[in-house]
Amino acid sequence: MSSFTEFFSFADPNVRYVTIGAVLITASSALVGTFTFLNKKSLLGDAIAHAVLPGICLGFLLSGTKNPLYLILGAFVTGWLSLYAIQYITTKSRIKEDTAIGLILSVFFGFGILLLTYIQKSGNANQSGLDHFLFGKAASMVAADIITFSVVAVCLMTLTLLFFKEFTLMVFDRNYAVALGLPVKKLELLLTSMIVLAVVVGIQAVGVVLMAAVLITPAAVARFWTNSIRIMFVVAAITGAFSGLAGAYISYTAPSMPTGPWIVIVISTLALASFLLAPTKGVLNRFLKQRRFRRTIQDENVLKVLYQLGEGSKNFYIHRYAEEIIRKRNFNKQSLMRSIQRLCRQGYLEKSGELCSLTEEGKNRAKRVVKIHRLWELYLTTHVNIAPDHVHEDADTIEHFLTPELEADLERILNYPVVDPHKAEIPY
Amino acid sequence: MALVSDAISHAVLPGIVLAFLFSGSRDSLTMVVGAGILGLLTTFLIEFFHKKAKLQSDAAIGVVFTWLFAIGVVLISLFAGKVDLDQDCVLYGEIAYTPLDMIILENGNLLAPKAVVVMTSVLLIIGIIITLFYKELLLTSFDPGYATAIGFSTAFWHYLLMGMVSATTVASFESVGAILVVALLIVPPATAYLLTDNFKRMLWLSSLIGVIASASGYYLAVWMDGSIAAAIATMSGVLFAGAFVFSPTHGLLKRKLVRAMN
Repeated sequence: MSSFTEFFSFADPNVRYVTIGAVLITASSALVGTFTFLNKKSLLGDAIAHAVLPGICLGFLLSGTKNPLYLILGAFVTGWLSLYAIQYITTKSRIKEDTAIGLILSVFFGFGILLLTYIQKSGNANQSGLDHFLFGKAASMVAADIITFSVVAVCLMTLTLLFFKEFTLMVFDRNYAVALGLPVKKLELLLTSMIVLAVVVGIQAVGVVLMAAVLITPAAVARFWTNSIRIMFVVAAITGAFSGLAGAYISYTAPSMPTGPWIVIVISTLALASFLLAPTKGVLNRFLKQRRFRRTIQDENVLKVLYQLGEGSKNFYIHRYAEEIIRKRNFNKQSLMRSIQRLCRQGYLEKSGELCSLTEEGKNRAKRVVKIHRLWELYLTTHVNIAPDHVHEDADTIEHFLTPELEADLERILNYPVVDPHKAEIPY
Repeated sequence: MALVSDAISHAVLPGIVLAFLFSGSRDSLTMVVGAGILGLLTTFLIEFFHKKAKLQSDAAIGVVFTWLFAIGVVLISLFAGKVDLDQDCVLYGEIAYTPLDMIILENGNLLAPKAVVVMTSVLLIIGIIITLFYKELLLTSFDPGYATAIGFSTAFWHYLLMGMVSATTVASFESVGAILVVALLIVPPATAYLLTDNFKRMLWLSSLIGVIASASGYYLAVWMDGSIAAAIATMSGVLFAGAFVFSPTHGLLKRKLVRAMN
């Protein structure tokens, strides 16, 4: 606990730098990355992150110094070049975009590593520290780095705010943006520059390989919690910032732990949790919803069979064995028993020993299902001109989902018919 | 599918580290098994998030491989003392050291570098699988819908193919590193794709291109005194650029000429 208070008092200037730097980078990268995520080009960020390496090395080779200005300039050039090359290869040949991305990414990176090893062996005294770009050096950030990061982060956030509407439109519907007369080419150039900028500073914190995660994973998290684009950006930025903070804290408590990978593990854990548990969009919720639907359908089918049996004998409340239900409609015995139990609990069925029968409510619910089924069959034959022997399947599905409003509409349109196409009576 | 192999090549890292921790050595078989499991897990996770959580597929790839790679890097630093792997090796391999790691026979004679033996067996196995199941692999890669319709298990062949990708990745891992193996997986086929329309010829051509890239890459590396694996990746890029411009069937020049003549 003491390390917790120590860390969050930010008394140690080093802690301050690392934390501020990590949070700034992750939050601003998350903002820019959300656009690439929405553009379905998540892996472009990965390609740029790899492709800036030769630029950094060339910047160093040509200038002979480690002045960040030259390195960033070089990174910019090859970062842009890689994007342009991917686009060029995709449009001018039959190579598909994902292949082009993988190709440019690995070749540029290979060339970068070749230059890096060349520099390392050339014995230039200045070269140490270039490989920080490979794995990041979040834990050894100093005041000068923080100033660069802050400037870049503020630039990125301001540009995102200023051009929010234009970028959003462009990302969702490029053709419409062109038709509206927006300078799409210039906006695209601006957006790609922003991505390159975010990558160039970001890789110093988390390294080449993990940069993609800082860009897109917060966006993926945010997508699972909201459908509103504004909220999505806020959630993405907060997720990014939180993981930056958490990564810095973890590597503070365990100094041998690298900050960059921990930032990524924190974001990814949030992402996995969101994929599984998010309300409405999470895997768990989808699964539960599906199961609920399957059960409703099964239960209503059981009620329907009992009702149909009742129609035959003119008495809906006769007690029957499960076998009788199965003889009428082929249920799985076990799942039928579970259905019967559920229906008894909900008060739609009554059980006495092995036997069960409809209750008043059960009969009414079954009657409604049967009514919708027969109305729908009639509707399909009279209004959609489908042959009477083809309408049963469709009605079997719709009977569980038709809303009361549509049900009333259907009754009105068909003018309260008495029998369905198969001459079965429609119960009201 | 090109980027799934990219993802696998990164994501096998934790598998390799864990295999290392369990076996305590750079025993190739355990590493292949560990990486193979992780490779299949990667493929499975990407599909799970794409199909079940409805995450767009590019993001699913990006999220999964960065996550697993980060875990791998953290595992390396966690067990830094026990694992004889460092981050540089992960990134660009140590092909120059392969002659140092020889398999020694009982009578004390040197047989061959271990990496050579491992890679030869991987090459043989993959060659055999491709020859035996050529038809199935071709069909399921080109038209999964039709393949399913006539009764092939698309999932089985998909996972077999991805298993092969993982095996190649991990076998090449020590020599060329996690990222450059992507260059070797993607660039030669892409180059061959620009040179021919015949699938069998494309398979042969891409291995030939791989060989040319390796040989010329080695000389480039010696000349520049740089990383051999990186030079191979660079050369494969140069070969691709050559095919992109000069290919007699799909090249840029040819297209320009055709347009000029019309």
